[in-house]
Amino acid sequence: MTLALLVEQLFNGLQFGMMLFLMAVGVTLVFGIMRVINLAHGSLFMIGGYFLMAALAWTQSYALAVPLAFIAAALVAVVLEIIVLRPLYRRGPLDQVLATFGLTLFFNEAVTVIWGRESIPLSIPPFLTGSVEIIPGGAYPIYRLVITGVAIVAGLLLYLLITRTRVGALIRAGSDNREIVAALGININLLYTLVFALSAMLAALAGIMMGPLLSVEPGAGDPILILALVVVVIGGIGSVRGALVGALMVGIFDTLSRVLIPLVIQTNATSALVGMAVYVLMAVVLLFSRTGLFAAHRG
Amino acid sequence: MAMLGRRGLLLLALLAAAILLPPWFGTYHTRFATQIAIYGMAALSVDLLLGYTGLITFGQAALFGVGAYAAGMLTVYGVTNALVAWPLAILVSMLFALAIGSLSLRTRGFQFIMVTLAFAQMVYYFAQSLRNWGGDDGFTVPQRNDLGFISLADHTTFYYVVLALLVLVVWLSQRIVRSEFGMVIRGIRDNERRAAAVGFPPYPYKLVVFVIAGGIAGLAGALMANHAKFVSPAGLSWQLSGELLAMVILGSANSLIGPILGAAFFLAFRDVLSDYTEHWMLFFGPLLVARVLLMKEGIWGLLVRATGAEEKRAPAKLDFPAASAEAAQPNPGASR
Repeated sequence: MTLALLVEQLFNGLQFGMMLFLMAVGVTLVFGIMRVINLAHGSLFMIGGYFLMAALAWTQSYALAVPLAFIAAALVAVVLEIIVLRPLYRRGPLDQVLATFGLTLFFNEAVTVIWGRESIPLSIPPFLTGSVEIIPGGAYPIYRLVITGVAIVAGLLLYLLITRTRVGALIRAGSDNREIVAALGININLLYTLVFALSAMLAALAGIMMGPLLSVEPGAGDPILILALVVVVIGGIGSVRGALVGALMVGIFDTLSRVLIPLVIQTNATSALVGMAVYVLMAVVLLFSRTGLFAAHRG
Repeated sequence: MAMLGRRGLLLLALLAAAILLPPWFGTYHTRFATQIAIYGMAALSVDLLLGYTGLITFGQAALFGVGAYAAGMLTVYGVTNALVAWPLAILVSMLFALAIGSLSLRTRGFQFIMVTLAFAQMVYYFAQSLRNWGGDDGFTVPQRNDLGFISLADHTTFYYVVLALLVLVVWLSQRIVRSEFGMVIRGIRDNERRAAAVGFPPYPYKLVVFVIAGGIAGLAGALMANHAKFVSPAGLSWQLSGELLAMVILGSANSLIGPILGAAFFLAFRDVLSDYTEHWMLFFGPLLVARVLLMKEGIWGLLVRATGAEEKRAPAKLDFPAASAEAAQPNPGASR
C-alpha cells in the first residue's frame, strides 16, 4: 500500500464522514430540541437526490437546479413537520418510530410511482470534473474535494448559527428546557418548524451532493439513515459535537476498513468483515460507554 | 361454556375459523393463512418485548432471518428432519439474540431502538456477504423439512403444523407473562427503578425475555424457510423489523392475540391492494401514520370492546412513561 493510496483513502473517509455528519446532525438536533426520533430522515436525503435530478431535467443547469432542489426539499420538510411531526412531540418513542417509519414507506413508494424503480445515474457537474494532485503521485477527484469543502462550510455555518445568533440561542434554550422557552413568550412551534426544516435541508444537501456519487434510487436514504443512527449512538444522542466526532470516526473507519481488511485477511469472510466493521466499532463504544462518547448529562 | 367467558368464546371462534376456513377455501388461502400464522408468530415475539417488557426493538427481523438461514442451510446440508432442524434454528437465533441483547440492553429508550436497528443491519450485511449462499439473491431450499415419517410437502398438513406451533407459542407465552417472572417484567416495563429497588435488577430479566423472543422469531423464520422454500437477506431487512412492529400496533400490543390479527390485517391489506396496484405501500405508510396519530386501540382491542369481552384488569400503559421521562431529562447536548 502506497502513501498516495493511504492519503486518498483518508480523504475519502473524510468526505464520507462529513456526509454522515450532515445526516447525523439533523437526527441529533431534532432529537435534542423536539425529543423526536425521526426515521424519515433518510427519505429527505433521498428526496434531495430526486429533486436535483428533476430540477436538472427541467432547467438543464446545475446553478439553478441545486438551489431549486434545496428549496423544494425544505418545503416538503415544513409540510411534513406541520402535518405529521407536530402531533408526535407529545407522544412516546413508539408512536414516533412507527409514524416516521410509515413516512419512509410512503416516500420510498412515492418516488417509485413518480420516477420508476430503476436507479438513475447523475453526472458530476461539468465544471467540477477532473482531478488534482494532492500529494505527488496521488490524483484526487475535484468533485469529492468540493463536496467535502461544502459540508465543512455547512458545518461551520451551523456552528455559528447555534453559538452566535438569536435563533441559535433559542435552539440552545429549547434543548435545555422547552417549557420555560415557551413560557417566555417564544413561538416554540415556529422554532420547531425551523429546526426541522434546518435538519431536513442538511439531509437534502447531503443527498444532492451524494447524488452523482451514488445513484438516485428508491430507498437510497435507508442505509445512510442507519449509518447516521450508528453515528448518533457513538457520538451520544443530542450532542452536535458527538455527531461530528462520531461521523468522522465512522466515515474514516468504514473507508479504511474497506481497503485494509482485504489486504490483511483474504478469505471468503472478508466481505462480511468489511460490511460489519462499523457496527463492531459501535459495539466497542457501547462496551465502554452506554450513552456514547459525548453523552448529554443525565440526572 | 359459561366458564369460558366472552373472551374465551372469542378466542375459540377465532381458532375454529383458523382451523376450518383456509382448507375449505383452497390451496391459495391455505398458503395465505400459513403466511399469517408465521408472521403472527414473529409479531408475537415482538409483542413479548414491546407490550410486556417495554422494549421497542427495531431489529427482530434479524433473528427471524437467522432462523430462516439456519433451517434453510441445514436442509441443504441434508438435515431434513424438522425435529432436529427447527430446534437448532431456534438455538442459533437465541444465541444471536443473546449477543445482540447483551449489548443493546445496556442502552435504553431511544438509544435501544437505534442500537437494535444497527445490529440487525449488521446481521443483514453479514447475510448479504455470504456469497456461497447466493449473496444478495439468497438461495432456494430444495424441500420442506419432515416430521420423521410425516411429509410436510402438502400445504394443508404444513398449515396445521404451523398453526399447532403458533397455538403452542401463544400458550407458552401466556404461561410466561402470567407467571411470577411475567409479573417482574411487567413491573420493569412500568417502572424500572422501582423494580430494581424492590430487588429485581432489570438487565438479566430483560435479557431473558430478549432471548426467548429471539427463539420464537427464529422458529417463525425456520417455518418461513419451509413455507417459501427460499431464503434471502430480504428476510432480515429493517423494513421487515418495522413491519413486525406495525403488525403489533395494528393488532394491539400487550395482548398476544393482537399481533396475530395485526399480521392477518397487514397481509390481507397487501394481498387485496396488490390486485389493483403494485404501489400498495403508498397506502400502507399513511395508514400506519393514521393509526398512530388518530386511533387509540388496535384490532384486538376494538374486537374485545365490541363483543364486551374486556378483562377486569387495568390496561397497560404503552406510552412508556418511565422511558420517556428518562429520555426527556434536561439534555444540553445539542448546544455544545
